[in-house]
Amino acid sequence: MVMKVISANQAVAWGVRLSKVEVIPAFPITPQTTIVELISEFISDGEFDAEFIPGESEHSVMSIAVGASAGGVRTFTASASQGLALMHEMLYAAPQNRLPVVLVNVNRSLGAGAGIWLEHNDSMPERESGWMQVYVEDNQEALDMVIQAYRIAEDHRVMLPMMVCLDGFVLSHTVERVDIPDQDMVDRFLPKFKPLNVLSTDEPKMWNPIVPPDYAMEMRYQLDWAMDSSRQVIREVDLAFEEKFGRGYGGLFESYRLEDAEFALICLGTATTTARAVVDELRAQGKKAGLIKLRFMRPFPENELVEAVSHLKALGVFDRSISVNRFGPVFTEVRSALHDSKISLTDHIGGLGGRDLTIEEMRDIFSFIEDSAAGGTERKVFWHGLRGVQL
Amino acid sequence: MTSIDVSKLTIKDVPNKDYFLWGHGACPGCGVAIAVKNIMKILGPETIAYVPASCLVVFGAQYPTSSFDVPYFFTAFENTGAVATGIRAALRRKGKKAVVVGLAGDGGTFDIGLQALSGAADRNEDILYVCLDNEAYMNTGIQMSGATPFGAWTTTSPAGKVIKGKRRFKKDIDHIVAAHEVPYLATLSISHWNDFLRKVEKAKRIEGFRFLHVFTPCVPGWRSEAAKTMEIARLAVETGMWTLLEAEQGESTLTYKPKRMESVTEYLKLQGRFAHMTPEDINTLQKWLCMKWWVHYKDQVEAPPCEIYRAEKPMAHDGDPLHGV
Repeated sequence: MVMKVISANQAVAWGVRLSKVEVIPAFPITPQTTIVELISEFISDGEFDAEFIPGESEHSVMSIAVGASAGGVRTFTASASQGLALMHEMLYAAPQNRLPVVLVNVNRSLGAGAGIWLEHNDSMPERESGWMQVYVEDNQEALDMVIQAYRIAEDHRVMLPMMVCLDGFVLSHTVERVDIPDQDMVDRFLPKFKPLNVLSTDEPKMWNPIVPPDYAMEMRYQLDWAMDSSRQVIREVDLAFEEKFGRGYGGLFESYRLEDAEFALICLGTATTTARAVVDELRAQGKKAGLIKLRFMRPFPENELVEAVSHLKALGVFDRSISVNRFGPVFTEVRSALHDSKISLTDHIGGLGGRDLTIEEMRDIFSFIEDSAAGGTERKVFWHGLRGVQL
Repeated sequence: MTSIDVSKLTIKDVPNKDYFLWGHGACPGCGVAIAVKNIMKILGPETIAYVPASCLVVFGAQYPTSSFDVPYFFTAFENTGAVATGIRAALRRKGKKAVVVGLAGDGGTFDIGLQALSGAADRNEDILYVCLDNEAYMNTGIQMSGATPFGAWTTTSPAGKVIKGKRRFKKDIDHIVAAHEVPYLATLSISHWNDFLRKVEKAKRIEGFRFLHVFTPCVPGWRSEAAKTMEIARLAVETGMWTLLEAEQGESTLTYKPKRMESVTEYLKLQGRFAHMTPEDINTLQKWLCMKWWVHYKDQVEAPPCEIYRAEKPMAHDGDPLHGV
């Protein structure tokens, strides 16, 4: 084990190298690019035996990844924002062909109000595609989740691609202390990729022909069923990882001071770190605040979540993106899961377009949730840190 | 096999065994089906086929049956160069040999697939890219593509009262691909079989990016008779609408020279897609063809019959047959 002070993007590149990925097609986009830059350096310096393929667009990059994964080799790519959107069509080819590609998406805002800064509106729309989606909180988790992602994705009960999402700039370009695990420990944790089907002349098969209505619906059902099966695999892999490396992440989500809490926040990614500090402050004041770090948007931990929050009076949801006209996407998912619960639910939107999410705003969020626990608000959605008047 | 002189092969040397099997759903007289059947015979069993959105993806394989007796993959329309790149990368990592062939249409090559084609050609990926050119988006119902010739009716270049058919000439895709300095590029027609076999055999043996551009008439799209497919393909070459050439390591050569130029009307009159053309438009097309003819054949074959040829003969030209008009 080596300790390095590196960014999350560098940590991802180390995770890819340790996972012995074989084919890495990529196209540059901020704030992802430093991932594939470091991977290219590893390969060019002869430290990492893999093929780097400079695709001429993200659409082609995912097409190359799908071709290589169908050919039976471990495949990785990274993207963000407009790049992920350009991949959109080909993102569907990976889960529907049951190809366990791993993609790191460095979250960045998508569309007009153009910018390169953090927002989750690039990856959230892709949660319908059949990709597993995990959001990480720090640089160590970014590295560890690349390794875990391959073991989960390539499990024969799953065989689905995984998108590891990390917050642009807040993690991608910020350095932290990161343990780089030993290669032999990773090798013992992560078995070689054993595909169920290979595009090969050894055993000719047709892949993704036109599928008439007589059969296509069953394919969708199997996809949904595989995603559901992944919940168990994610738990198992996280426990196995903790046993080997001494670090676990709680699987689908992690609870913090939730057992006796009266009100709590649920959030993703780096917002969790700020929220954890506020929970500690509130606890010091004798207030029963708690926190859920939602890690996986897909598979969505519906049953587990319902059970974990059943004792709460109020639950707030932090959303770093807005599903225009329908709240934030995390809120709609959580509200759907808790549809027959009496818990007061509120949605807290903030940090869009890269705006800082300050600890003051996080205190505001918790104070709104505390109010709603006391039945103090009819309102469902609050924008935090918004300039001007909130209508 | 390696000792065979590819230039001496004839139609009798086409292998018997099929890898694109009977029972597919193509129209009678379909040029694409004829081309693919024979390409697959020549490529043989050690082949992996990628087919993007096209007629071929519909008539070639529908779950649970397939006419491809080799591994077959389809995902989308615009990514033949890219998916084939990925398949080749996996084979390389596994130390396995096979021909990776992309079988795309003209829309999937000239238009929506141009970027992925350029990327793969630029990286000199070890893949065989075949463009089956029937000069429009036939699968979606005969819409105009970059490959549609001047004057042709399609459902998006209708023969209207004011605008009659396509107003632009066919995009010079061969020149675009050649500009990537690829190891091998050739144009083929399903009417010239010795030439067809030699080019597919040659492409099969060369390493790096290979591009085969095949002329494949379309009965419903061209409003022609099924029995006339071969005749139309032959007349395309004899009128200069299609030119048979190849370019290897930058050296381009004509592989067939017609004895004399047939009038374009001989070609047009067999196809309903040109039925509306005015004498002025036919003259415009003939003029374009005469210039193209001179660029390719110069004085090596009988001069084209049109006046315009003599008037515009002294045009800039570097002597490279690929540099068409």
